[in-house]
Amino acid sequence: MSKILMLLLAFLLADAVAAGAAAGTPAAAGPAVSSFTLSNGLEVVVVQDHRAPVVTHMVWYKVGAADETPGKSGLAHFLEHLMFKGTTKNPGSAFEADVAEIGGQENAFTASDYTGFYERVPREHLKEMMALEADRMTGLVLSDDVVKPELQVVLEEQYMRIANNPAARLSEQMDAALYLNHPYGRPVIGWRHEIETLDRDDALAFYRRFYSPNNAIVVVAGDVTPDEVKTDAEATYGKVADRAPTNLRQRPMEPQPEGPRTVTLADPRVEEPSVSREYLVPSETTAKSGESEALEVLANVLGSGENCRLYRKLVVEQGIALNAGATYSGTAVDYAEFGVYGMPKPGVSLSQIETGIDAVIDAVADHGITADELDRAKTRLVADAVYAEDNQATLARWYGAALATGQTVDQVRNWPERIRAVTPDAVQQAARIWLDRRRSVTGYLVQSLQAKESHS
Amino acid sequence: MNATARNSASATAWRRVAAHGVAAAAVAVTLAATALPARATTIQRVTSAGGIEAWLVQEPAVPLIAVDFAFEGGSAQDPEGKGGTANLAASLLDEGAGDLDSKAFTDRLERNAIEMSFYAGHDSLNGAMRTLTQNRDEAFDLLRLALTAPRFDSADVELNRAQIMAMLRKATTSPSDIASRRWWETAFAGHPYGRPVSGSLETVPQITAEDLKTYTHRVLARQNLRIAVVGDIDPATLKPLLDRVFGGLPVKPELTPVADVVPQALGREIDVRLDVPQTVIDFGGPGIARKDPDFMAAYLVNHILGSGSSDSRLYRDVREKRGLVYSVSNNLLWLDHAAIFIGGTATRANRAGETVALIEKKIRQFADDGPTAAELAEAKNYIKSSFALSLDTSGKIASLLVQLQRDRLGIDYFQKRAAMIDAVTLADARRVSKRLFGNGLMVTSVGEPEGVASADASAGQASPGRPARPPAALPIPGNSELR
Repeated sequence: MSKILMLLLAFLLADAVAAGAAAGTPAAAGPAVSSFTLSNGLEVVVVQDHRAPVVTHMVWYKVGAADETPGKSGLAHFLEHLMFKGTTKNPGSAFEADVAEIGGQENAFTASDYTGFYERVPREHLKEMMALEADRMTGLVLSDDVVKPELQVVLEEQYMRIANNPAARLSEQMDAALYLNHPYGRPVIGWRHEIETLDRDDALAFYRRFYSPNNAIVVVAGDVTPDEVKTDAEATYGKVADRAPTNLRQRPMEPQPEGPRTVTLADPRVEEPSVSREYLVPSETTAKSGESEALEVLANVLGSGENCRLYRKLVVEQGIALNAGATYSGTAVDYAEFGVYGMPKPGVSLSQIETGIDAVIDAVADHGITADELDRAKTRLVADAVYAEDNQATLARWYGAALATGQTVDQVRNWPERIRAVTPDAVQQAARIWLDRRRSVTGYLVQSLQAKESHS
Repeated sequence: MNATARNSASATAWRRVAAHGVAAAAVAVTLAATALPARATTIQRVTSAGGIEAWLVQEPAVPLIAVDFAFEGGSAQDPEGKGGTANLAASLLDEGAGDLDSKAFTDRLERNAIEMSFYAGHDSLNGAMRTLTQNRDEAFDLLRLALTAPRFDSADVELNRAQIMAMLRKATTSPSDIASRRWWETAFAGHPYGRPVSGSLETVPQITAEDLKTYTHRVLARQNLRIAVVGDIDPATLKPLLDRVFGGLPVKPELTPVADVVPQALGREIDVRLDVPQTVIDFGGPGIARKDPDFMAAYLVNHILGSGSSDSRLYRDVREKRGLVYSVSNNLLWLDHAAIFIGGTATRANRAGETVALIEKKIRQFADDGPTAAELAEAKNYIKSSFALSLDTSGKIASLLVQLQRDRLGIDYFQKRAAMIDAVTLADARRVSKRLFGNGLMVTSVGEPEGVASADASAGQASPGRPARPPAALPIPGNSELR
């Protein structure tokens, strides 16, 4: 499709949507998105963005920390690091050198459900990037010379992200307490004592088990057409034989939660105490129709911006908190977490904050939200989808994460419509059903006056 | 302030840091280009009837508009003993203006999904506004109010002050904040650059509403203003909006002169004791000014030494070969009255001494020998072609266009840039490596390092050295890495 026709269509669609939308609701045509599957099982998604001759190429493996064997926590992430150590065909840092030579950006990331690799390059280099990623899908070569120093790098990363940061340590402990049985309780970076034992054989076994075209999704966002992407994908990824069995995700599920849990982390370095709570709630993938969208709106009404209920009540009206808010992160295979938090003003106790948060949640559960609040939340959320279009990497990540956790292209595309369909009743129901203390862990971050024992 | 929100970076582990903490300073833009994407090559100079100039990149593909601007005059203008004035004022500009109090003002923003943010740096007060095209007029109108009639209501002043004080208290036990603050206050002792932008626990309580008004009155003016607009708007529409937003400001600012300064204390190592398992290290020295003829050579050799990617020397030697650190990088920063290079890394206590010694050795070697011809060629290639790729959002383009104006680089800069890079010879690069990196380092380390000369083992006092710029990334739904 020509660029001009695309734009024309975009405007037409924008007008059509605007006409049908509530007042003040942004109109979004959304990007042109298509997908296809190669004969070896690799799924490919193409998001068109013709503003600049640039392309973002991502490979998502449907494997993450939640798929690790017990005792080997941190392995998914460790392997992600080792994926840059070279293949027979592209030894050493040849991959990175190739990307650097054309001015490209590359990096990789690991979460509980997926591991991703990406390159952002001039559009004419897309096929080359596909060939490099296809090569390392099965061609990784590892020796102890590179594995051992990289393990030390990962241990430094654990220090930086977690050990040096009391709030991150509390967050880890809360996850572990929230999940009684499911591996989401495991930190993505791993438990330090288990990271320390990981080796080359662990990494290669994990690699052979999970890295395969039929366990991966390729997302290409940028100045490309689906046809050219398909031709290039077949010529590169299409040559890789699938090797992973399907339906790999056999994870132990959570029992019915029976009671609230609490975790207190005390550290001499905590200058500002805070309280936060996580509720075990459905993810976008596991939720019944409309439920995840209602949780999204609920998080917005309760806890986003200066006029959300928590901030207005605790920070502005009661003047007991310096900050308060709520979050819902629904992109997950099995479960998601709904979070609320507050930071007291000096002299105010954490229990006062917690009582205040509870009162705000109870009010929504008992009386629901107003039509005006609903309208504002929808406007904000739908606008987010338009703002996301300004960044092709954001779009690529959105589609990649959604598909890697079991959603479909249509679900992502229809997200604004799904948000628009949320009713006040659904939001109240979501608060009633899911913001139940028995489903939660509350974390207290407090200052201890006692120096803690040495870490080493 | 989102201290306990769970969808944070800690839930995802990355191979490399996405954004290095130390680099969160004045200029974090890459400044070199060959071919730019079509949209950024066509920068239009738009001048309103009232004489307000903006650089515009028109891009109608997505129905949104990004406006970035900067007023010369940041925390270096803070009155003596009232450090943090510019920062507190910036935090309050979106908290009520004209006849709209804080609640009404933020309500209007939220109801229309308009994003507005302000932040102070050492040299400037910067602002950014993002709006959907359909809410354009409302957005520009709210921006006009924020800049021309800020209220500074006492309840808002006190709340923002309390939030800043909480952040400053937190910083007293944050190793990276302490390392950075000690570096800056030592390098720029006695100069406004040595004072943290956000002030300190001693100075922030001293700031009055009158101080805030005085500051905005002195700084928010037209002569010291630079504007960039990117997105779904044409020059004819933009011109009257420029007059509407900025036309009511006084013509001339009342700025206190700031002296040029060179960072001090090279060769010193400052060691702050803090009970953390990982020692955080900052290192740096005098840089090369933006207008210096050697700047481009300096930019290239700094990339070769410390870009933080696998093609840089420090990354290869300190991370890849020895596994000492997760990240190590070095950045060139240029302020209006000083230039520095500053790098950072972190390592376990019992390797801290070894790591500092290795970095010093590698930098000294690089100063002596300079880059190889192959390294220089690769760096030129990268610096030329990476620029277009780094400009992937309207906001990033707008922010860069403001910086180019602040640096007095012409609107034709993009066209001239490749030739400037190509003109750097191997002899230039070697000479400039020596000039830039041959003077020794000033190092701060915070933790319980072993093997680091303990020249100064005082505990960290409050306040971070540099404020982090508010995150530029727009929130997107359902995209948390949390799972």
